[in-house]
Amino acid sequence: MAHLADYLEASTRRFPDRVAAADPDSTSLTYRQLNERATRVAGFLVARGVRPGDRVGLALPKNTDALTAVFGVLKAGAAYVPVDWTGPAERIATIFGNCNVQAIFTHSSRAALADGAATSVVLGTDSVSGESTFTWNAVLAHAALEAPPAVRDAEDLAYILYTSGSTGVPKGVTLTHRNATSFVDWCSSVFDPTEHDRFSSHAPFHFDLSILDIYVPLKHGAAVYLIPEDLGKKPKDLARFIAESRITVWYSTPAILALLGEFGGLDQFDYSSLRTVLFAGEVFPVKQLRRLVSQWPHPAYYNLYGPTETNVCTFARIPTPVPEDRTQPYPIGWPCSNCAALVLDEGKEVEPGAEGLLYISGDSVFSGYWGRAEETASVFIERDGVRWYNTGDVVRQQGDEGFIYVGRRDRMIKRRGYRIELGEIESCLYKHASISEAAVVALPDPQAGMRVFACVVAPAESRPSIVQLKIFCSQNLPAYMNPDVFVFLDELPRTSTNKVNYQELIRTVASPSA
Amino acid sequence: MENIKEDLRQYILDEFLPGESASNLKDDTPLRSSGILDSVATLKTVTFVEERYGIEVEAHEASVENFDTIEAIEALVKSKKG
Repeated sequence: MAHLADYLEASTRRFPDRVAAADPDSTSLTYRQLNERATRVAGFLVARGVRPGDRVGLALPKNTDALTAVFGVLKAGAAYVPVDWTGPAERIATIFGNCNVQAIFTHSSRAALADGAATSVVLGTDSVSGESTFTWNAVLAHAALEAPPAVRDAEDLAYILYTSGSTGVPKGVTLTHRNATSFVDWCSSVFDPTEHDRFSSHAPFHFDLSILDIYVPLKHGAAVYLIPEDLGKKPKDLARFIAESRITVWYSTPAILALLGEFGGLDQFDYSSLRTVLFAGEVFPVKQLRRLVSQWPHPAYYNLYGPTETNVCTFARIPTPVPEDRTQPYPIGWPCSNCAALVLDEGKEVEPGAEGLLYISGDSVFSGYWGRAEETASVFIERDGVRWYNTGDVVRQQGDEGFIYVGRRDRMIKRRGYRIELGEIESCLYKHASISEAAVVALPDPQAGMRVFACVVAPAESRPSIVQLKIFCSQNLPAYMNPDVFVFLDELPRTSTNKVNYQELIRTVASPSA
Repeated sequence: MENIKEDLRQYILDEFLPGESASNLKDDTPLRSSGILDSVATLKTVTFVEERYGIEVEAHEASVENFDTIEAIEALVKSKKG
């Protein structure tokens, strides 16, 4: 099968009465219910003029309704564009405008996010005004779509995930059904899912971890337990939820797993159902991983690696227990069977053991950034007739453990699994009326992973307070991009060519007096 | 007991607002919606409050309402200490 909607439809035929998806408030949908509702959403979208290839924006809290909307969009032949529904309105508008969405689904508490859309659907309310605005109940009452509006093609766009862009504008990673199903099918071959599994869905839908969370269980007739954002951040509540839901496969960033190990009180609950723990998005500090494994000794642990652009492309099984004397982070491992990897230094393949940039090819690799042909061209190379994506990550092959992640040569960092272009934070700071200059650097931190330092120049008479800058950033950036530390400088250090001297800035913020 | 607000202010300044002067962090400055306390910082603050005042904060009490301002945290601490 090479279309994500096929997974749901095939599982509905095999397991119509099994639970497909559940919310913590104990709302659940069987396969038959989810499939029927999604087909009505698709019927509504097609009646509203949404055509195959169109984009539909989703600014929704994560629950069974949002999942229904996802499949409604896919059944209509369109692509979904999920965003953080709690995020700054201006950033969401930029994203929806960038890929020109034909319809927007949002929640009544953020109804203005859908202003100006050709079609908008507002969840969480029974009353809406305007001819192009509809309630969720009206959509679910619509006549079902009778047949797919076009022949399903693996090359059709399935979804666009927006990531931080260095110029201050988020960039849309476009993924086709072939890209996604190639990855999902690989998951099937390695993690042996069955209809008896219960998968966690911790990551939000705008984060690429959600692709495994949603489609692997639904392909196999298993259940996905959708964890809303607030529950997902509370280790004690989450620890109870995982036990009581008898989750069998957990997938998240290391950050929340570390919090579960530290604050979750995992010894109080029964985790005998948990068979597999997957993590991805950033390096899992060994000390924190050891603490987690000591409390959850029995599941199989895997480190998955891959930028949004490639889906997961390398992986490593982590042998347990974690030895007491191990300090070195675990490898990102070997390429998945649907991918190939190449390590190049200045265009030449390196000897095993030497550092180089990791390039990936295969069916799971994305087709391009939405509306950015030049940037797309700049991240691919062609070699022996194959298109290779430059991950920008520096790796080194270590014996038979596979690749070790070394770092990056550009200004992108990872924090709590999210990619952050430091330039995007700078662009935000420059919007502040009192800031004349801004430069952002990041330093590794044993506890926080990365600490982000914003160095700003502002005239003394109108210098904002740090509290004011925090508030300003929270209004203009996603929460995970808010700098940890603000440093006021009289001027930014410059190189001889008058560029910001980031090395000097790093020395400045790293010195104890800063 | 009288110094709960000042203790909290100093802790938040040291941990999450290095370099800020105490006068800019008011008793009613929003901590959550302002981005001063993210989810991890809130957990750390909960742990600080528990250890400092010998109280236990239940998971549901570590809410935005109870931890959005210094005065709200103080009220929670006082109610816990009886």
